[in-house]
Amino acid sequence: MTLNSKIPEGPLSEKWTKHKFDLKLVNPANKRKYTVIVVGTGLAGASAASSLAEMGYNVKAFSYHESPRRAHSIAAQGGINAAKNYPNDGDSIFRLFYDTIKGGDYRSREANVYRLAEVSNNIIDQCVAQGVPFAREYGGLLDNRSFGGAQVSRTFYARGQTGQQLLLGAYSSLVRQMNTGKVKFHPRHDMLDIVKVDGHAKGIITRNLINGKVEAHAADAVILATGGYGNVFFLSTNAMACNATAAWRAHKKGAFFANPSFTQIHPTCIPVSSDHQSKLTLMSESLRNDGRIWVPKKAGDDRKAKDIPEDERDYYLERLYPSFGNLVPRDVASRRAKEMCDKGFGVGATKLAVYLDFEDVIERNGKQWVVEKYGNLFDMYKQITGEDPYTVPMRIYPAVHYTMGGVWVDYNLETTVDGLFVLGEANFSDHGANRLGASALMQGLADGYYVIPYTIGNYLASQAGGSVSVDDPAFKDALDETNNFINKLMSVKGDRTIDDIHKELGKIMWENVGMARNEAGLKKAIDLIPKLKDEFWSNVRIPGKANAMNTELEKAARLADFLELGELMARDALHREESCGGHFREEHQTEENEALRNDNDFTFVSAWAYQDGAQEPVLHKEDLIFENVKLTSRSYK
Amino acid sequence: MKVTLKIWRQKDGNAQGSFGTYQMDDVSGDMSFFEMLDLLNESLVMKNEEPVAFDHDCREGICGTCGVVINGRAHGPLRGVTTCQLHMRSYKDGDTIVIEPWRATAFPLIKDLIVDRRAFDNIMSAGGYVSINAGGAQDANATPIPKANADEAMDAASCIGCGACVASCKNSSAMLFLSAKVSQLALLPQGKVERKERALNMIAAMDEENFGGCTNTGACEVECPKEISLVHIARLNREYLRASLA
Amino acid sequence: MNWFFNFFDSSIGKKIQMALTGLMLCAFLIIHLIGNLVLFAGSEAFNGYVGALSSLKPVVRAIEVILALIFIGHVINAIRLTLENWRSTEKKYKVNGAGETSSLPSRTMGVTGSIIFIFLVVHLSTIWWQFQVQHGGGHFYDIVMSANIGFGNVLITILYIVAMFLLGFHLRHGFQSAFQTFGIRYNKYGTFIEWVSAIFWLLIPLGFVSIPIYFGLLKGGF
Repeated sequence: MTLNSKIPEGPLSEKWTKHKFDLKLVNPANKRKYTVIVVGTGLAGASAASSLAEMGYNVKAFSYHESPRRAHSIAAQGGINAAKNYPNDGDSIFRLFYDTIKGGDYRSREANVYRLAEVSNNIIDQCVAQGVPFAREYGGLLDNRSFGGAQVSRTFYARGQTGQQLLLGAYSSLVRQMNTGKVKFHPRHDMLDIVKVDGHAKGIITRNLINGKVEAHAADAVILATGGYGNVFFLSTNAMACNATAAWRAHKKGAFFANPSFTQIHPTCIPVSSDHQSKLTLMSESLRNDGRIWVPKKAGDDRKAKDIPEDERDYYLERLYPSFGNLVPRDVASRRAKEMCDKGFGVGATKLAVYLDFEDVIERNGKQWVVEKYGNLFDMYKQITGEDPYTVPMRIYPAVHYTMGGVWVDYNLETTVDGLFVLGEANFSDHGANRLGASALMQGLADGYYVIPYTIGNYLASQAGGSVSVDDPAFKDALDETNNFINKLMSVKGDRTIDDIHKELGKIMWENVGMARNEAGLKKAIDLIPKLKDEFWSNVRIPGKANAMNTELEKAARLADFLELGELMARDALHREESCGGHFREEHQTEENEALRNDNDFTFVSAWAYQDGAQEPVLHKEDLIFENVKLTSRSYK
Repeated sequence: MKVTLKIWRQKDGNAQGSFGTYQMDDVSGDMSFFEMLDLLNESLVMKNEEPVAFDHDCREGICGTCGVVINGRAHGPLRGVTTCQLHMRSYKDGDTIVIEPWRATAFPLIKDLIVDRRAFDNIMSAGGYVSINAGGAQDANATPIPKANADEAMDAASCIGCGACVASCKNSSAMLFLSAKVSQLALLPQGKVERKERALNMIAAMDEENFGGCTNTGACEVECPKEISLVHIARLNREYLRASLA
Repeated sequence: MNWFFNFFDSSIGKKIQMALTGLMLCAFLIIHLIGNLVLFAGSEAFNGYVGALSSLKPVVRAIEVILALIFIGHVINAIRLTLENWRSTEKKYKVNGAGETSSLPSRTMGVTGSIIFIFLVVHLSTIWWQFQVQHGGGHFYDIVMSANIGFGNVLITILYIVAMFLLGFHLRHGFQSAFQTFGIRYNKYGTFIEWVSAIFWLLIPLGFVSIPIYFGLLKGGF
């Protein structure tokens, strides 16, 4: 099978306009005959569900949360980019496009990224009209701030809660449609499979988390907006329930999975304090503007930070990168921190942390200045660690934050399964090998508000509305399959808890498929993960019953998929013999230890096809063609 | 440190519940409250017992999923934090910690510490929005909004919908929750168009969902993890008066 | 008229009725207190004052009827609200931390209100009723000080003092709560309302209570 990305012909800036005209339409009176399933109601899912309902389609929305407002989009802090050029500093759609392509280290599609930049402005308009209280200046106009990877101020924000405000905006549109009855919302439903009828996605199988009932739902098309898979590492900044199940089950039903190894590590997180740690908390990157990162010069130095004299401290980022210092990009800062800890220079009880010290800036500008600028972050740090960062340096460590990889989709956001669309972090489409700050919110809403409402019509126009029902034998088969899967899980009755196995998987992933990867480690992971999978299927313990609320069963079903996805991530990372963005292969670096891309051999999207049984997945390549930007390499010396 | 947990256990909404007592011998102050419960659950699973079901997700205080009453206090003893942000260093060796679910007729119990807060969505869907469709919005800067209004709207909008206000209210009233949304939209020009219907319909929805009436005790403001002020309830009252009488 | 019933039937509508009737009753308290303080001017002045009111019977009656309606409205609404709130809080906490999150007066409005109601029944059936019966005699001062139903009776005196204490308690929350209900709560007026509120929960009950203390306890009845 050859991958057809369906990128429209014509000049970059006219592709989307032309494409919108070429797409088939569904007559307004006919829209009510179609039903669309939307799985996941975060930014992408809620915006898609509400927009489709506004247009007249019937929508069945599903979430494992009790309410759409709980989705993890809510935790995004920084902001959302748009090419409004309100600050008059030279921004444009092309510049936003260029920064995003470059930030993604030239591993994303030009046409998709350009479209993203193009609709970015509409998103801000839409959100303001919804009543999203973006930060404003005294004149009453919207405020912008700058963010990593850009030299213009184009980030709109609502305090440190931009994700929350945008999600609540999308949620408000969604509940409005719930009120009209156009959206039927199914809370606390886990999607466990998609159902294909004649090769087209026509429904899903869900488990009701309250009573354990496994049910089938039919529709004319299926949209997945189920987020990223960072929790494969067990510890990440993702929420506890974030999972890859919907995407992975779709993959097993024929949807290709693209660039699974592209994960983003965030350098400034609060480090792990003990084995009991359940998740990691992000601290805004802005702290690196004023804090200095250091470790003791002597490995294994157990003295308190303040007892280590100045000349026995190694400000390693300032030493290695004299011009950028502590402000090197996320991936560089993360990698260096890990390196220092691996060599034994780590600090704190676990030795898996480096210091982020504000002593200098407090001395220079006074404590009050720091309170005003970072007060809330310092409070949060103190709340979690019990240490006062005004007197003791913060300890930070990198953590998994975002996954750029995801289900492969074409320009219409349709997967290799007809009628199955994937939006938001769950797809791979716009961020290449690395996502810039404030771009995730932009992509989720672009997909939901401004892309899918057009492209899904093109598919639906070729289908007879309401032609499939759950009486189709395909649904019965899928129900049986899911019930068997659950019964199989429940019947293992082994000796290890789910978290215990998940932590082991996380450790394998972090050590071998984390921020620095090499052939030996990846091969080791490919060897270890299937063994752990066998251990899971022979020794996992799930108490309780399947036909009632069972939080352990929920976790087990998710872990079953992480165990398969983890292996694919390792395979993808092993295959990609280059370093790019969030993917760093130790074999491929410059003499200065910087990422070394291999544009000649790897300017493509890796799209993996699932093979039944024990067969290895098959790689399909989608070549990336750059006509509007020149591929360059980064330097931060 | 050692702590004794008394946790409300209830199989499902119809079952009779009771407190289960659990001894925790190896709790560290650096653990979060939920990590302590995770530890308990791991040990229960190993004993082939059902783990304690509790709602939680982001564990950084923003999703609003979590919330239990700890020793009589919604989200525990600290101000301005959710349960997931509470750490065990707030307790000392030998403490007994009583953990109960949100108690309100409008929040029926699902299991153990998990309650059903769908009533909140129903209130929102009665009018907690601006009725605009995607696609037709004017330029974002077309209408300037005074910074003070935008900031106050943001104060209100920071509600995470956790339900602590209802849980801590002696009447199980949802006024603080509802007022946060009405107030946010009343402060912004975008929300003015529908202000009348919004106030009337959302209050009607709240009454229908079996929430109690507000008697201005102010407990909600104290327990709100986002420290949303009673000023917003006052604004809701004005909006309602205005909508009813004008 | 539909809007009217909807308004008064909604949870906020009921609150507003409580607030409105409550504030009206507060206004009455001022007038009542002024009248009571005439006692300090001696029996002649007091008898003269009550006698003057008696000569305006139709007006006074009309006001009394309105006052009774307001009062009944206040009580009926309170009962309705309380019953509804009970329905909303069927399940109780084992450990209740309300003491740390709200003030005692705000949580005991029903209790204090009920006791004040009992006091009022006693008050009306004794002093007020005697005033109606004896309006020709003009010995109002003596009724107030009587050993049977007035401050000559220690039990009556104590009941009176306790009731005024609870009234203060009731108004400690009730008065400023009424303003919150009307939506009058801005940070810049907060202190002002607190001060005005103190007139009602502190000064007025003190004024009332000064009479039984002076005549009932200090002067031993006369």
